[in-house]
Amino acid sequence: MPTITPDVPVTAATQPAAWRGFAPGPWTERIDVRDFIQRNYALYEGDAAFLAPATERTDALWARLGLLFEEERRRGVLDVSQVPSSITAHEPGYIDQDAELIVGLQTDAPLKRAIFPNGGFRMVEAGLTAYGYEVDPVLREVFTKYRKSHNDGVFDAYTPEILAARRSGIVTGLPDAYGRGRIIGDYRRVPLYGVDRLIEAKKAERAGLDSAHATDAIIRDREELSEQVRALKELKEMASAYGYDVSGPAATAREAIQWLYFGYLSAVKEQNGAAMSLGRTSTFLDVYLQRDLEAGRLTETQAQELVDDFVIKLRIVRFLRTKEYDALFSGDPTWVTEVIGGVGLDGRPLVTKTSFRFLQTLRNLGPAPEPNLTVFWSPALPDGFKRFCAEISVETSSLQYESDDLMRPTYGDDTGIACCVSAMEMGKQMQFFGARVNLAKCLLYALNGGRDEITGAQVGPAMEPLQGDVLDPDEVRARFDGMMDWLADVYVNAMNVIHYMHDKYAYERIEMALHDYDPKRTMAFGVAGLSVVADSLSAITHAQVRPIRDESGLIVDFETTGDFPTFGNNDDRVDAVASDVLATFMEKLRERPTYRDAVHTQSVLTITSNVVYGKYTGNTPDGRRRGEPFAPGANPMHGRDEHGFLASALSVAKLPYEHAQDGISFTASLVPDGLGATRDERVGNLSNVLDAYFTESGFHVNINVLDRDTLLDAMDHPENYPQLTIRVSGYAVNFVKLTREQQLDVVNRTYHGRM
Amino acid sequence: MKSVCPDLAVGPATEPRARVSPRADGEVGYVHSFQTGSAVDGPGLRFVLWTSGCLMRCLYCHNPDTWDLKHGRPLTLDAMMAEIAKYERVLKITGGGVTLSGGEPLVQAPFVMRLLRACKERGLHTVLDTNGYLGDRISDDGLNDVDLVLLDIKSFDAATHQHVTGMGVDAVLRFARRLSDAGKPAWIRFVLVPGLTDAPDNVDRLAGFVATLGNVERVEVLPFHQMGADKWSLLGRPYPLADTAPPDPALIARVESQFAAHGLPVR
Repeated sequence: MPTITPDVPVTAATQPAAWRGFAPGPWTERIDVRDFIQRNYALYEGDAAFLAPATERTDALWARLGLLFEEERRRGVLDVSQVPSSITAHEPGYIDQDAELIVGLQTDAPLKRAIFPNGGFRMVEAGLTAYGYEVDPVLREVFTKYRKSHNDGVFDAYTPEILAARRSGIVTGLPDAYGRGRIIGDYRRVPLYGVDRLIEAKKAERAGLDSAHATDAIIRDREELSEQVRALKELKEMASAYGYDVSGPAATAREAIQWLYFGYLSAVKEQNGAAMSLGRTSTFLDVYLQRDLEAGRLTETQAQELVDDFVIKLRIVRFLRTKEYDALFSGDPTWVTEVIGGVGLDGRPLVTKTSFRFLQTLRNLGPAPEPNLTVFWSPALPDGFKRFCAEISVETSSLQYESDDLMRPTYGDDTGIACCVSAMEMGKQMQFFGARVNLAKCLLYALNGGRDEITGAQVGPAMEPLQGDVLDPDEVRARFDGMMDWLADVYVNAMNVIHYMHDKYAYERIEMALHDYDPKRTMAFGVAGLSVVADSLSAITHAQVRPIRDESGLIVDFETTGDFPTFGNNDDRVDAVASDVLATFMEKLRERPTYRDAVHTQSVLTITSNVVYGKYTGNTPDGRRRGEPFAPGANPMHGRDEHGFLASALSVAKLPYEHAQDGISFTASLVPDGLGATRDERVGNLSNVLDAYFTESGFHVNINVLDRDTLLDAMDHPENYPQLTIRVSGYAVNFVKLTREQQLDVVNRTYHGRM
Repeated sequence: MKSVCPDLAVGPATEPRARVSPRADGEVGYVHSFQTGSAVDGPGLRFVLWTSGCLMRCLYCHNPDTWDLKHGRPLTLDAMMAEIAKYERVLKITGGGVTLSGGEPLVQAPFVMRLLRACKERGLHTVLDTNGYLGDRISDDGLNDVDLVLLDIKSFDAATHQHVTGMGVDAVLRFARRLSDAGKPAWIRFVLVPGLTDAPDNVDRLAGFVATLGNVERVEVLPFHQMGADKWSLLGRPYPLADTAPPDPALIARVESQFAAHGLPVR
C-alpha cells in the first residue's frame, strides 16, 4: 500500500490569524496536533489555589438539568427522537440558549435520546419498546426492508458454533447489535486547523490512492476517504445551524472549546458506540485559554466557566439502550474518557492549569461518572498536581489512574484512552472492540468435554469428559490449554465477522475523518474471570479437588480439601498462574489472523459485567458458588486478598502488560479512616500509594475512598445520593443507578480498612 | 486495643510446623498474621506484623485471639524477612515501613529485636507498637533499632489499670520515662471505654504525666468499638464488654480536649 503524506503546505504568508502568538513548527505544515502541543503548552507546577468556583450562571444551568435528571431517573429515559440520528438529522437544541457558553446537543432537546439503526434495528426496537414507545412504522419498514444494518450483516455470517458460544455466555458482550465504539476521533484537529484544511488533507490522501491497483482493500479505503470528506462537510453544516462557521481555525479559547465540542458532538450524533471517548483535550485547550488569559481577554473565573460548560455537555451525552444492556453495564455508560496529566517524551510533564480546571469540575458540578476522567500518573508528575488528584479522589471517588510510564514507550506521549484502559495514539490508531470471553467457563468446559456446566448443552468441541475422583493438575492444564485453543478460534472468527460488517454498514465516518489515513488498527480481545481461574488451578495443584457429577456425568460441583494460595496475596505460587494463563491465551489469539491485519491485544476488564458473568457460570474448583459474581477486572476474588491493599495491588501489578496491552483493570476500595488520621495525611498517603503502585509496574487503578456504611445507606435511601459516584472496573458509575445485584457486589468487595 | 488484625494466618508456610519452636536466640518467632497497607500504624504505609502472645488481659481487647503464643504460627526470621522484602520498595516510596504489633511484641523480645535489626539493615523505618509492660525486655541496642514507639497506656490510675488489664501500671510508666530519657519519638495511645477508662480524673492525670515526657509526637484517643466481640465468642470466652456502647462524639471531644489542655498534640 502506498504511503500517503497528507501535507498541505502553508507558507508564512498564508498563516491564519487565528494562530497568532503560537510557536510555529511542523504542525503548521501538516496535521500534527502533538507537535503543536509540545511547542506551545505551558507546564504548570503549582498547586490548586488559583482555581475558581462555579459561577451563578453555571450553578443555575446545572440546577436546571438537575430537574431533568430526576425526571429521567424516574422514567428511565426522558424522551426519544425517532429520527435516525446523523450529524445533521436534528435541528439545533439548547438547555438554555442565552445562558450557554458552549452549545450543541445530540438532538433538539437535552437528554432526548436519538436512535442509531445502522448498528442494528433490533436494538432500536427493543430500546423503544422497553420505554413504552410505539415504533414508527416507516422507520421499521426502511430498516427491515430497504436498509440492512450491521447487526443483520453479522448474523448473516456467524457460524452455528459462534451462535452457540454466544448463547451460552462463554463469549459475551460482543458489539454485534449496536455501535462498536472505542474509536476516538482527534477532535482537537477541528479547532486547530478548521474543517476546510482537514478536508483538503483527506482529499490529498484520497488522491494518493488514485494510482494504486484497485484491490478490495484499496477500493474500501477510497470509499471510506470519500465518506470521511462527506462527514466533514456535514460537520460544517451542523455547526452552521448553531450559527458557527468552523471552516477555519478557532481564534479564541471559547471558539476552540466550541469547535472541539462540535467535532465530538458529530461523533455522538452519528455513532452510539459502546464507548465514545473524548481523547486528550485539556492540555491542548490550555494553550488557547492561556493565550486569552495572557492577553487579558479572559479571567480565571471565565476560563473555569468555559470548562464547566463544556463538561456539562459531556455529562449529558445519552444513547437509547435496552434494559439488558443497562443491566450489564450499569445505567447509562457512555465512557466519555478524557486523559489528564502524563509526561512528555522529553521529560516535561504535560500538566497545565487546564488539567486542574478539568478536575475542578468535580467540585463545581459535583461528582459524576462522566466524563471518565483518567489521570496518567507518573512519579515524575509535579507534586501540586499529584496532591490535587489525590484530594479529588478522596472527595469524589471519581478518578481513575493509569501508568504513563508503562504506556509511553509503546504509545508515545499523545495517547488517549478508549473506554476504560485501552491506550490509543491520538489520531493515528483505532481499535476493533471485542468485549471478552469467560475464562472460568472455559475451564469448566475443559473438565466437561465441551458441555456447558449449567445447561448441559454441547457448546465446545466434544471430548471425553474428565474421569477420576480427584482432579489431576497436569491433566486439567492440558485440557484447559486445548479448550482455550477452541475458544480463541471462535472468538477471533466472531470478531472478524463483526468488524467486517461494522465497517460495511456502520462505518464511523467522522471519527475516522479525524484520524490519519491507514491508522494502526488493534483488535481488542478481553478476558473475564482471571482470578477465578488462577485460584481454581491453585486449588487443583495445592489442595485436593474432587469433582461431583450429576446423573448425566456432568461435573456440577467440587469438594476441596486442604489449603491453597489465592491470587491477591502477593504470592508467586498463584500469581504466576494468573500471568501464565493471560500470556497463553494471548499467544493463542495471536496465532489467528485478524480482519484488516489488526494487531491482537487483550484486556483484563469487566466494567460491572463481572456480576452477569458470574450469574451464568457454575460452581468452580476455587469454592466460588454458582451464580456468585466474579471479581471485577483483574481484581482478586472478594475477601480472598487477606494481606491488605499492597499485597492485593502487587499481585495485580505482576500481570504482564506485554500480553494485555489493551489494559489491566484494578479497583481498590479504601476506607477514609484507613488512609490516615487527617485529611492532609490521607491526601499525602494516597499520592504516595499511587507512586508506589505504578513504580511496581501496576497499569491501572480505580480509587474509591468510601465507607461501606455510606453505600448501604445509599441502597436504602437513593434519593439522598443522586450523585454518589463509585469506580468499578475501568469506569465510574452512579451508584444509585446500579441494579440491586450490582450494588451488593460493590458492597461485598474487599474494603481495605487499614488501606 | 490494637489495630484491626486479620484472623488469617501468615501466607507462605516455608517452615514445617512441627519442627520449630521459639528459641531464646530469636531465630524463630510466633506470628499471628500480617497486613500490608495500613496508613494509621505509623507514618506512610506500613507492613504490620502481629506477633502472638500477650500478658495483659484487657477487658476490651479486640484481638483476644493473639493472647496465646501458640495461636501464632512459628516462622523463622529469614522467612519473615523474605515476606517483608517483597514490600521494601513500596514501603520506602510511601515513607512507611514495618510496624511490629501484637499480641505484645516484647513477649518475644529476642525475635523482635532481631527482626528490628534486620529491618534497619534494609533501611526500613520501624515502629514498635507496645503496651510497655515488658519494656525492660528490650535492650538499649534493641531500642536503637526502633524509629518510633506506639505506646498504649491503658490507664494512669493504678487500680483501673489493674482492673482493665490484669497488670500493674508501674512498668508501663517506667518504660514511658525511659523512652523520654532516650529521646525516642513516641505516639501515646489511649483507648477510651465508657464507664471503664473515661473518668475525668484518670484522663487528666494521664495527660499530666504524658505532658512531662519530652518525646511525644502525637496523642491518639482510640474510641472503643465492638468489632472484636465475635472473636471472644469464637474463642468461647465470655466478653465482659458485650453491652458497652462506643463512646459518643461528645465524650471523645471531652477526652481529647483534656489532653490538648496539657499542650499535647492530639490527633
